[in-house]
Amino acid sequence: MAGTLRRMRAIMVKEFTQLRRDRTTFSMIIMIPVVQLLIFGYALNTDPKHMPTALLVRDHSVFSRSIVSALEESDYFSITGSVRSSDQGELLLRQGAVQFVVTVPEHFGRDLVRGQRPELLIEADATDPVAIGSALGAVDGAVDSALGRDLTGPLANLRQNPSPVDVRVHRLYNPEGFTRYNIVPGLIAIILTMTGIMMTALAMTRERERGTMETLLAMPVHPIEVMAGKILPYVAVGYVQSFFIIFVAEFLFDVPVLGSLWLLSAALVSFIACNLALGFTLSASAQNQTQVIQMSLMVTLPAIMLSGFLFPFRGMPEWAQVVGSAMPTTYFIRIARGILLKGNGLVEIWPDLWPLIAFMCLITFVSMTRYRRTLD
Amino acid sequence: MTGEQFAIDVTGLTKIYGGRAVVDGISLQVPRGRIYGFVGANGSGKTTTIRMLCGLLKPDRGGGSCLGHDLLSEADFIKRRVGYMTQKFSYWEDLSIRENLAFVADIFGLDRVRERVAAALERLGLAARAEQLVGTLSGGWKQRLALAAAILHEPDLLLLDEPTSGVDPKSRLEFWDEIHRLAAAGMTVLVSTHYMDETARCHDIIFMSEGKIITRGTAAEVVAQAGLTTWAVTGGDLVALMGKLKPLAGVDTVAPFGDNLHVSGTDKKALDTAIAPYKSDAAHRWHEAAPTMEDVFIHYMTAAKGGG
Repeated sequence: MAGTLRRMRAIMVKEFTQLRRDRTTFSMIIMIPVVQLLIFGYALNTDPKHMPTALLVRDHSVFSRSIVSALEESDYFSITGSVRSSDQGELLLRQGAVQFVVTVPEHFGRDLVRGQRPELLIEADATDPVAIGSALGAVDGAVDSALGRDLTGPLANLRQNPSPVDVRVHRLYNPEGFTRYNIVPGLIAIILTMTGIMMTALAMTRERERGTMETLLAMPVHPIEVMAGKILPYVAVGYVQSFFIIFVAEFLFDVPVLGSLWLLSAALVSFIACNLALGFTLSASAQNQTQVIQMSLMVTLPAIMLSGFLFPFRGMPEWAQVVGSAMPTTYFIRIARGILLKGNGLVEIWPDLWPLIAFMCLITFVSMTRYRRTLD
Repeated sequence: MTGEQFAIDVTGLTKIYGGRAVVDGISLQVPRGRIYGFVGANGSGKTTTIRMLCGLLKPDRGGGSCLGHDLLSEADFIKRRVGYMTQKFSYWEDLSIRENLAFVADIFGLDRVRERVAAALERLGLAARAEQLVGTLSGGWKQRLALAAAILHEPDLLLLDEPTSGVDPKSRLEFWDEIHRLAAAGMTVLVSTHYMDETARCHDIIFMSEGKIITRGTAAEVVAQAGLTTWAVTGGDLVALMGKLKPLAGVDTVAPFGDNLHVSGTDKKALDTAIAPYKSDAAHRWHEAAPTMEDVFIHYMTAAKGGG
């Protein structure tokens, strides 16, 4: 009995000693709870406020002004600008620059006074049904309270049921509000992030762990050749994964594929390259495969949480949005959703495509500088 | 590179790790077509020196040329003309022998890859196992593959870092025969080893300790330069005798060799004086022996330790 305890204690002591010396495991033990607490505690919010809204106002009566300000007072809408045509508004929705476009038609005030129930059109980017739910629920109340203030005196009789304004809501791109429409395209980005980073990181550290790196370095091969040779096979793997997901999405989950798959393929190149180069970079500072898996976990975790994949990006506090904006996954999720659900073309995805290309160049450059040509 | 006579010509080569000079100002001239043996204890700087020569490590000080090309600025060219066999086996274990060789041939941009690989397999007797995954091979076969891969591009200089460690005597013998065939064909070979019997198979020996070259020359010269007098003792309680002899002044090293005890010292007079009382002991038989490379090795290692 005493022997058992002593042996157990010996193993425990050894375990703690090793743990203390294994810095990546140690930092993982600290980092994962901290990161998770911060993200789940502060960043996650399924009830986003202050969502960017564009105005298309064709009527300059007191009523349209007070409805607009009532919408803003509801805290859900934040007017970021006005557009001159519905085409312009649609572009902003497609690009994801705004969540809503509110259209006040011509003669709105006149028709309201005449009791003709003019339309108030609210177009919503419904790709993420969670993000817009509460905002749309607040519209009627905001309109009523605005008119309640304005319709006084002889107009008071208009304050009756049905409401003097006919609020029309168009849920664009996902009219039925299917969550899976939003999740499945995002999943392409998440799966590529997880597997892409890990695959190259492992491929490189495997060489180091097994000692074959020394043979490789002793041979006349340029870092770019090593990197390209290491990465390109996994680009192919990334494509196979992506198209498998799209295939399943379309035929099993009925997710619409509206845009061009060629365009998606083109965007995929830079996104896959981003992840692979990131894995390559991580591998430069890892000693073995276990370490590099832990490191890639610490990178992919925030990418999954803060990219807008699970929770509306606009619901996150500013700092979390800044962190999210520093990750390629965030941009590719928007591109994938845009092309598949909104049928976006190059013009619409460009605001998200160029950061992705910039990331690709930056990460590739960093990974090249981290590559050691010697064993030093 | 017109007619340069040395395959390796370096001066003051130094590598510092954590403030300690692991290799400390080594100068080395190795003529073409010779087999140079690198001898020294673990951690004496052999591997680090070899790695600096093939461009795997950057020297902190010193420099020179390898095959007429500058060590610091022309590492890429040197890599093309040097074959390097690492201390720890480092080819791809999840590839077959043939796949490994074909890979190396492609990296070096060789022509007639199939032919060359087939020839290399034949030459080192690997043909029958060509399709076997390398991870399933035993030490001797791995060593043959490593050599085959290192000479596949017909290098001018072959750097072998303890190529025979963990290999059985017959494989070692065959290995050295191959090395001599290569040197006869004009290849320069620098080989590090732990095995003292292998020093006799090198044209010249470089003896390293604590990052410095202690002595060099042919095996016979190195033994002679050590200036050792060695007595071999047999019979009686040699373990007890060893304990008694070790602390004596004049006795530098006492080491058991089978049923022999080798007692060596550099100062013949002092040694003879020290052992005189024990020679009269009838239990032991003493006779003067020619010092071996092993005695010299132990002598230098002991001296290095004593000298701090």
